[in-house]
Amino acid sequence: MKRTLAVLGMTILICVVLPSNASAQQAIVLKGGKLLTVSHGTIENGVLVIENGKITAVGSAAEVKIPPNARVQDVSGMTVYPGLIDSECYLGLTEISAEQMTNDLIELSDEIMPHMHVYDAFHAESELIPVARLNGIANAIVAPENKDTLPGQDSFIQLDGKSSQEMLLVRDVAMPLNFTGEQRRNESWEKRKFPFTRMGLAAQLRQAFLDAQHYAQEWAEYEKKKSEKADDKEKKGPPSPPKHDLKLEALLPYLQGKKTIVLAAQEPSDLAAAVNLAREFNLKFVLNHISHSQPVLDYVASLKAPVIVGPIYEAPKPQERYDAVYSLPAQLYKRGVKIAFASYDAHNVRNLPYAAGYATPFGLPRDEALKAVTLNAAEIWGVADRLGSLDAGKTANIVVANGDPLDVRTDVKRVFIDGREIPMTSRQTRLRDEYSGH
Amino acid sequence: MNRITIGSAFLSLTIVASSAGQPASSAAQSVAHNEVFINNAVVMTVTHGNIQNGSVHIKDGKIAAVGPNLKAPAGATIIDAGGKYLTPGIIDSHSHIALDDDVNEATSPVTPQMMMIDAFDYQDKAIYRGLAGGLTTSLLLHGSANMIGGQAIVIKHKYGAGRDAMLFPGAPRSIKFASGENPKRVYGSKDQLPSSRMGNFAVQREALVQAQDYMREWADYEAKVKRGDKEAKLPKHDLKLEALANVLRGKLLVQIHCYRADELLTEMEIAKEFGYKVRAFHHALEAYKVADKLAANDVAIATFADWWGYKNEAWDAIPWNAVISMRKGVRVAIKSDSDDFARRLNQEAAKTMRYGGATEEEALRMITLNPAWIIGVEDRVGSIEVGKDADLVIWDGYPLSSYGVPDKVLIDGDVYFDRSLPGFGMPRYKEGE
Repeated sequence: MKRTLAVLGMTILICVVLPSNASAQQAIVLKGGKLLTVSHGTIENGVLVIENGKITAVGSAAEVKIPPNARVQDVSGMTVYPGLIDSECYLGLTEISAEQMTNDLIELSDEIMPHMHVYDAFHAESELIPVARLNGIANAIVAPENKDTLPGQDSFIQLDGKSSQEMLLVRDVAMPLNFTGEQRRNESWEKRKFPFTRMGLAAQLRQAFLDAQHYAQEWAEYEKKKSEKADDKEKKGPPSPPKHDLKLEALLPYLQGKKTIVLAAQEPSDLAAAVNLAREFNLKFVLNHISHSQPVLDYVASLKAPVIVGPIYEAPKPQERYDAVYSLPAQLYKRGVKIAFASYDAHNVRNLPYAAGYATPFGLPRDEALKAVTLNAAEIWGVADRLGSLDAGKTANIVVANGDPLDVRTDVKRVFIDGREIPMTSRQTRLRDEYSGH
Repeated sequence: MNRITIGSAFLSLTIVASSAGQPASSAAQSVAHNEVFINNAVVMTVTHGNIQNGSVHIKDGKIAAVGPNLKAPAGATIIDAGGKYLTPGIIDSHSHIALDDDVNEATSPVTPQMMMIDAFDYQDKAIYRGLAGGLTTSLLLHGSANMIGGQAIVIKHKYGAGRDAMLFPGAPRSIKFASGENPKRVYGSKDQLPSSRMGNFAVQREALVQAQDYMREWADYEAKVKRGDKEAKLPKHDLKLEALANVLRGKLLVQIHCYRADELLTEMEIAKEFGYKVRAFHHALEAYKVADKLAANDVAIATFADWWGYKNEAWDAIPWNAVISMRKGVRVAIKSDSDDFARRLNQEAAKTMRYGGATEEEALRMITLNPAWIIGVEDRVGSIEVGKDADLVIWDGYPLSSYGVPDKVLIDGDVYFDRSLPGFGMPRYKEGE
């Protein structure tokens, strides 16, 4: 289809422009820190080299040769780790929650809105973004709010850049399919309209996927007719193309298994219904939330899908023990499930590492907790070739802090995104400086 | 205990009103306790440093001794803390748990006659979930829809002990005021007064003026009766104005929901004008802008560690608020205002060590002794000192970090939560009771 070609053309153009921007950069060396590589253990007194936005060397002081003319920064006593990745947030879609004109979180006109793209609303200049990155969050999935079953498509962003184009690393990276109970909004008996029940929501989803399949078939038939022999065409005249339908077109990469569905459910019955639906249409999926599915975690493990966990702060059900949700990441990890943490927030994205930290007294090993906000997330979102660990060849998204990355007491001192050292300022630091002096 | 006294002639009314609030001080308390001896702990006393390898001797629900070289009394139940940290029970000076979402009588901007005891859902599992996070005392407040809301209750998190046994014996009574966006939104959306900050404060002043008139009316009547004036006409009792009169008499601790710096100043001016004290500003996200003024008036704040941006008046919130205000002499508490934060206030307090460099003791004080002062129970709880209630938490991990979670929680010397136990981890609770 023409649109796809145009988008492809633009992508190529961006790819060509990018390297020349970064080409003249002086090498930066972080020397003497404790490197938490995530992929290959901890290196004490390590050296990390950044050149042209990439990590070019990682190792011990003895192993790594410091390039000539490099800007060497002594980070002794500091911890150095990969930029953190939030596996679901709403950055760029909201500024002040209660002020509706600053919110672009969701399109509520219908439950089936796969043609909504968060990149169309993403506000690169949001004051919330510097606040988050000052705590070491370098990348994130931005998702529409979960109030529709199909609210639109996620983007994978970088929390620094000159414009939204630079910050939107992967557009339409995945699509949420929400089946958590939050989508039932026609529940008043007096004002009831379809879909009124969970059955209604499921039927509506099924019909949407069937319609998309039909749509794909119509286009395939058209393409086939177009390629038929010339003499047939002369007899029948040129075939007329089907009408374009953005909504159905948006579903096609997911129906074809080219892209990932983020399947959200909370309780076992919702989870089973959602998984069955996904299987009916052979959708490739990762799971999201499942905060109250503790009784069926073996079943979850059997699905062989990663799980976006949290918010682990969600309250347990009255019949559940106080730590039922806190312990979920550990329980999944023990069953061999790959997990990644999400803040599911915008203003409080900076607190992502603390949720991961808090999962550890409930059984999640600390290195696994760090992995769940770095490499696991990069793998789940298909960017592990460039993000998620301190390895030569990866994008230089790096955090320097005075301690454990997951502890609330730790102060982040420096943040590099795409090799650039980020100014450690935000609207909040400016207010602090204005008022703390006198 | 706060007696609602209007005059000795109306003692019967006093009794009725006080039994609707906290119970008489002795009734719920003096149950015989076993002696308990906690040893081998790092005792974080809050008021006199940490005691390595310390012990705490508990007798009749009170702390009888604290120190590094105590001997276990014969017959005492021994709890070996195994080298773990021991802190006072955590105190939340701003909570709406266990009120069944029944916290806002949003039908009039002035409702001081609302009693939170009437909304208290003592079986709410949020009390248990807070307990499991180390919470032992909470101030349960009216919502912030009204400029003048209702009268709070103070509870201990003795989940399963029954309603009256959970009320903090003898705690003074607080009243909730609010200001800013909430009242103007709630009433403005119905085309009623107030719909602006001007309207807000007009409503507040008007209510206080009415209370002054009411007090004068009663004083006149009582003077006439004293003079033997047989014609003296008995004024009507008005619950609302009686409650406000108690604000003016200084018998209620005034807790004000207030965000913006200008409103913090205005509330202090109004208090001065009418002669009452503000005990604490709650939320107070812009306290850092006028901290010296708050300190000069001895007004505390109960604030969030780092919550911000959820509404316009929270846009200038900064995570350094607590420490900047503290350094300028303000008594600071970190509070929950949330069923969720109430489960991890230790982690919230630890954020002040990072944002502004609070010391360990200063951070701990923000969730123990300082909120105890805001509630008015600082002589009873909030530190590990002889004579105080034995509300204590033994922690797995360092409490002021991402990794600290309660191992055991004691209230009045009894273990109410023990993480190692199966089920809910509550030795004194059975489901369905």
